[in-house]
Amino acid sequence: MIAEAGLAALWFAAVLALLQLFLVGMGLAGGKGEVLGAVRPVAVLQGVLTAAAFVALISLFLRSDMSVLLVATNSHSAKPWLYKFAGTWGNHEGSMLLWVTVMGVAGAAVALFERALKRDAHMATLGAQAAISLGFYAFLLFSSNPFARISPAPADGQGLNPLLQDPGLAFHPPTLYLGYVGLSVAFSFAVGALLTRQVDAAFARAMRPWVLAAWVMLTLGITAGSYWAYYELGWGGWWFWDPVENASLMPWLAATALLHSVTVLATRDALRAWTVMLAVVAFSMSMVGTFLVRSGILTSVHAFAVDPERGSFILALLALYIGGALALFGWRIGTVREGAPFELVSRETFLVVNNLLLSVILGLVLIGTLYPLMTEAFGHKVSVGAPYFDRIAGPIALILLIVMAAGPLTRWRRDQARAVAGRMLVPAAVALAAVVLVGALAWGRIGLLPYCGLVVALAVGVGSLAPLWKRNLRRTPLFTYGMVIAHLGCAVSLAGMACDSAFTVEKLVAVRPGDSIETAGWTLRFQRILPLAGDNWTALQADVIAERSGRAVVIHPQSRFFASPPTTTTEAALLTRWNGQLYVVLGQEADAGRWQMRIWWKPFVTLIWLGGIMIALGGLLALVGRERRGWLMKWRARRAMA
Amino acid sequence: MRKLLIWLPLVLFLGFFALFASGLFKPDDRVITSKLIGQALPAFTLPAAASDRPALASTQLADGKPRLLNIFASWCIPCAAEAPQLMALKQAGVEIDAIAIRDARPDVDAFLARNGNPYSRIGLDARSGVQIALGSSGVPETFVIDGRGRIAYQHIGDIRADDVPMLLQRLKDAQ
Repeated sequence: MIAEAGLAALWFAAVLALLQLFLVGMGLAGGKGEVLGAVRPVAVLQGVLTAAAFVALISLFLRSDMSVLLVATNSHSAKPWLYKFAGTWGNHEGSMLLWVTVMGVAGAAVALFERALKRDAHMATLGAQAAISLGFYAFLLFSSNPFARISPAPADGQGLNPLLQDPGLAFHPPTLYLGYVGLSVAFSFAVGALLTRQVDAAFARAMRPWVLAAWVMLTLGITAGSYWAYYELGWGGWWFWDPVENASLMPWLAATALLHSVTVLATRDALRAWTVMLAVVAFSMSMVGTFLVRSGILTSVHAFAVDPERGSFILALLALYIGGALALFGWRIGTVREGAPFELVSRETFLVVNNLLLSVILGLVLIGTLYPLMTEAFGHKVSVGAPYFDRIAGPIALILLIVMAAGPLTRWRRDQARAVAGRMLVPAAVALAAVVLVGALAWGRIGLLPYCGLVVALAVGVGSLAPLWKRNLRRTPLFTYGMVIAHLGCAVSLAGMACDSAFTVEKLVAVRPGDSIETAGWTLRFQRILPLAGDNWTALQADVIAERSGRAVVIHPQSRFFASPPTTTTEAALLTRWNGQLYVVLGQEADAGRWQMRIWWKPFVTLIWLGGIMIALGGLLALVGRERRGWLMKWRARRAMA
Repeated sequence: MRKLLIWLPLVLFLGFFALFASGLFKPDDRVITSKLIGQALPAFTLPAAASDRPALASTQLADGKPRLLNIFASWCIPCAAEAPQLMALKQAGVEIDAIAIRDARPDVDAFLARNGNPYSRIGLDARSGVQIALGSSGVPETFVIDGRGRIAYQHIGDIRADDVPMLLQRLKDAQ
């Protein structure tokens, strides 16, 4: 019953999306303005129905209803409830349902809460949102039905990929999808603005909170995914330049650029066409990423069930939506007036440079990701790995961070080069000191890129605090704090990356119980190895006593065997200290009685994710700050009227 | 000028679209017949890539026994994915030598510790010179070398579990 109800809710939502599109078309193009009143309730109901369908699927997974094909192929009754719950989106159909749910709920939120847009632009935005949703409803209903039954029902399911049986699955995909699909709102805003020819500062102010919200979620999702890969894969790395990771990075880069250009548009009414373009590109990158992952045309660690039919379906959606939006852009943007001009030395210039650098990185990541596909089209096969991306994206990212520190110290519209240089004096002095200090401490021991990274992180860390300098801290608006914290987060994250690549100590040993290992100031005593049984796995677990400066802690690296499906995973033991992380992986039995063990000491590696969280927190503060200010202004105006 | 710029994104997208479509609809040809098949291996001498395995020279590959020559890299994710299949081949009695591409010794050691070490000898090809001479364009790739040091077969991409019997057959044919 639940499965049928979920499917019915999905069909009903699809019909409502069609109705919504039809109403908007009739109201705006057909001149029947009176029907527009129905659009908002329809959008809200559509959101409610998608959420209901999603809840239905979750309950099927929680109840381990093996008569549902998706549950039978991806779940197992012996799984802990958390993984039954999170397993809902640990597969192709379920994650696509999450996708349309976020899209439907975001559309409902735009219908309910968007007050700043003029009516026509608001309606056109909702029409665009309905149009995109329709394609994904069709994809789900015609080629990826999550509610399909199987008869006869198997006695038990095939289980969830053990790599996914981790609390990370409960957090990473939902936040990532909120970000990915949240960007559809920006896309719809852009299409709505093009259709109604209202690309101006008011449009940017209305779009900004939606972009911010999606960007915060995307940042959190990527940060969580990176940490998850770091501890679960047991490779000690935090970013692998895997096509799927790149697929999440590219929308983030576009959204970050959009976030800054939308501020230029909102504040100074400049960069009109560029902002609209970025809004289109950001969600397009989400869709391209989804296509790359689901079609199986690139090899990746994130394996989904590959199916050419699904691939061609998403490809058709790409052509329709991206192609359509870009054609609309070409057709309409000529009628958008040029925005306000600005001087060469101005905050606008720095933000333009920021946008260009982000776009360049985006382009390079895109080319690197697709390069194997391009050469394959001409009969050659190549693979592109971390060496390319590190060398290409790293230096540009460093320049980007320097621009990031300088931008907020510059005035809007027009500034004096000399005054800007004066404000940069302290960060520049810190940079100089850092060059000498890091050089004296680590010259010859670390590579050029980590060296530059450390210097830039220190200077930019100080520079990002400079906007608060000589200000009344209590009167400083919340969104300024948001910017400062987000920028500081970038410096913190960079410091973590540079420390990790410069100072990580790695040791590989084959040890017997009773042996001691000395590395990076730690003494590890390998006590014994014991078998262990969990809910749906068995493991070999090592007891290791890790000791540093007199204090000892017992840690337990594991090698886990899952029965359904049969797989081995490594569960690294992590010991977090204020100045770094000890990362211990239990390997295979080397020979009689000796075990391979890999030990890393990673100084300040946790800063990478702390920085990510700070960036997201900064975005959240900016969002709350802007919304609160708008709300307060409205409240004061109302009180003045009364 | 502005006119052209406005349409540029659409043109770029159409290019990507064509690329995606060709990638999607092209039959998945994992097998490329190399022009080097039947030819002798190019001569090379490579330094050791791992701490506990000897270096590799082309002359060592012609000792009368067919073997596999695996091209891999520690930074390559599909290489980790094919490791269990290589271990299975090793257990079936196959001699496997390897060339590590654009790699460093600590990284290779780490990779082997993680994924197992089925190799007898591993040469380090730091600048891809030998890889190019072999007509290999990516990692991972696996060559079947006959007893006289000639390339009998080239497998492009990672070895899947169902490729293992085929490779065993190729080795037998190369006898």
